[in-house]
Amino acid sequence: MTLAELKRGQQGIITDVSSVHIPLKLLEMGCLPGNLVELVQVAPFADPMYLNINGTHLAIRKETAIHIIIETAHE
Amino acid sequence: MSKQINVALIGNPNTGKTSVFNALTGLNQKVGNYPGITVEKKEGICKLPRGVKAHIIDLPGTYSLNASSLDENVVIELLLNKNDKDYPDLAVVVSDVENLKRNLLLFTQIKDLKIPTILVINMSDRMAYKGISLDIDYLEQELKTKIALISTRKNKGINELKELITHYKELSTEPCLDASSIDESYFENLRKAFPNQLLYKLWLVITQDVNFGKTDRKTYDAVEDFKTKSKTDLKRLQQKETIKRYQFINETLKKGQTIDLNSAKDLRIKLDRILTHKVWGYLIFGAILLTIFQAIYDWSSIPMDFIDSSFASLSEWTKNTLPEGAFTNLLAEGIISGLGGIVIFIPQIAFLFLFISILEESGYMSRVVFLMDRIMRRFGLSGKSVVPLISGTACAIPAIMATRNIESWKERLITILVTPFTTCSARLPVYLIIIALVIPEGRILGLSYQALTLMLLYLIGFGAAVGSAWILNKILKIKSKSFFVVEMPNYKLPLFKNVALTVLEKTKAFVFGAGKIILAISIVLWFLASYGPGDNFNNADTIVTEQYASENLTEDELHQKIESHKLEHSFIGIAGHAIEPAIRPLGYDWKIGIAIVSSFAAREVFVGTLATIYSVGSDEEETIKNRMAGEVNPILGGPLFNFASGISLLLFYAFAMQCMSTLAVVKKETNSWKWPMYQLVIMSGFAYIVALVAYQVLK
Repeated sequence: MTLAELKRGQQGIITDVSSVHIPLKLLEMGCLPGNLVELVQVAPFADPMYLNINGTHLAIRKETAIHIIIETAHE
Repeated sequence: MSKQINVALIGNPNTGKTSVFNALTGLNQKVGNYPGITVEKKEGICKLPRGVKAHIIDLPGTYSLNASSLDENVVIELLLNKNDKDYPDLAVVVSDVENLKRNLLLFTQIKDLKIPTILVINMSDRMAYKGISLDIDYLEQELKTKIALISTRKNKGINELKELITHYKELSTEPCLDASSIDESYFENLRKAFPNQLLYKLWLVITQDVNFGKTDRKTYDAVEDFKTKSKTDLKRLQQKETIKRYQFINETLKKGQTIDLNSAKDLRIKLDRILTHKVWGYLIFGAILLTIFQAIYDWSSIPMDFIDSSFASLSEWTKNTLPEGAFTNLLAEGIISGLGGIVIFIPQIAFLFLFISILEESGYMSRVVFLMDRIMRRFGLSGKSVVPLISGTACAIPAIMATRNIESWKERLITILVTPFTTCSARLPVYLIIIALVIPEGRILGLSYQALTLMLLYLIGFGAAVGSAWILNKILKIKSKSFFVVEMPNYKLPLFKNVALTVLEKTKAFVFGAGKIILAISIVLWFLASYGPGDNFNNADTIVTEQYASENLTEDELHQKIESHKLEHSFIGIAGHAIEPAIRPLGYDWKIGIAIVSSFAAREVFVGTLATIYSVGSDEEETIKNRMAGEVNPILGGPLFNFASGISLLLFYAFAMQCMSTLAVVKKETNSWKWPMYQLVIMSGFAYIVALVAYQVLK
């Protein structure tokens, strides 16, 4: 599943990041395969998304989140 | 005296880098610009033990050396140019103890440039709260550096940091990562071609789109041939580099840092449940905005009234005390009233920057960006456009510079183009005086008509900005990769010192920046109004005395007739009459015309210009207001400033692009004259049409 499908309060592990669509800056902030990600809060219409990736708190838009593949523990 | 040590202060945003800078330099700092660009350059002097001094540059905050904005380019340009006079002998990398892992990424990149580097771990007072403990000796050994564990909030560790800076020559310059491990064969070729160059440095030159210094140009031009890999390949390698760096950092921190999650507390998440909530978040933001506006209009009126009357009496005093003559008049009517027009804005500007810097320092501004992004995107803007639009109510110039962190060029350009519509503080004196003249004093539901009109004008300004953004979004065909990342930093209590320094510095920038223009224009206008060509001006006394000889005028009345005759035939009067046909349909006379024309340099000269033209000799509002109220429309009779012409004038000032400094900043930020010229023509043309329609309908 992609990061965009995560529900508020849910956690997942990043498994793949599309290097074409994801800016280097986001990778440098810790959005890399293997890292834990939690959806902290969503704005109205679930966009943008407020995430905690590996201890870094940041917000990205949904259009970016669909290019990040994750795995959740409960799948 | 030994030579000063050049120190570059580098770090991620939100690590308290500026607090470290303030702690090291105190008031020994100055703010300027990097040559040719509007990126702010902060530098200062730090006194070290044993009489040594360090020259410290506070470089713009960046997450890595892979630059993606103008501000970040500055960092890499300096670090790669050994011939720059500011090239650092020492880099001090500031990190935040809670985000050490991410902060170390930038640290390893700087180490790999073989620059002596000290690692500052800031906010150490939060370690116990977060359950973090560090093995400093181990970290120093693995990272091949010296570490200063400090807390700018508790004022701890600063002296130890100074001590480390003094002994910078003892630092190791060994890199953290072997650059060639990114791609063995590619880097092998590079090494063969440039045996004397640092590989990581070459790699940065290849991957970055930055303008490097002239002297190093030759080497770097040769590198151009090495851009054999496609952009996608290079990006993949950069990604690999990032992963390698994190592997190294994770290894190091595994042993060097322990985090006891049980004792860690997180206030941020709890606060954000409310502050970024779908309903509460917006209500709180609205309440904060209301408070800010209240402060700007209500609280600052007390010091403003005081400044106003002080300058009026100063001008009066000068006239009465100094011997009569051209110089005294220039001083009293030109310079002092011009200065008054600058100083009067200080309370509002200071209040606005006070609030903006508190919101930014505390970390709340990022939440606003998060809350507003979706809404702003409908209009082709970004959540990050909210900050410029709010700052625009003080002044469009810093607001336009604040657009730099908007990643998408299209969203950024639209923000730059529409920001000048927001009601900046320079429009305020114009609004206040016209409203006082033409809007009746009554009240509705306890709110005065005049206050409501003012609020309406702010809404019109904001509406014009958002509306034109929506149109621009439809017509601008710019393809730009839109991505949006905003860090949500921890909430912090703003440090008084940081806030005070920001307010001081921004206010100073306004007074000396805009002030120069206002002062120059006041003086020029005074000359143009005090001198004129030909008989009509020079023999005004005789002409007027003869003309009114039959009427029994008192001395005062006669004097006034002479003055106004002189003004009409002065240089400024002649110019005013020339443009009158163009502005008459809007309900203005030639005097207002002059005030409007001079307003194109900066709006705030409007009141000052009328003051000079009416030769009231002071900026005192009441006096000018009475004079304006007494002005008669030369054609229709009746008061010149009536409801129709007043509304027309208000709307003209709401929409017209009348600020040279803003145009200059837009030119710099968009790197072309095209966009500022569009702004000038379209905004002013629209203003003319709206004002024309308003007057013709209402008259």
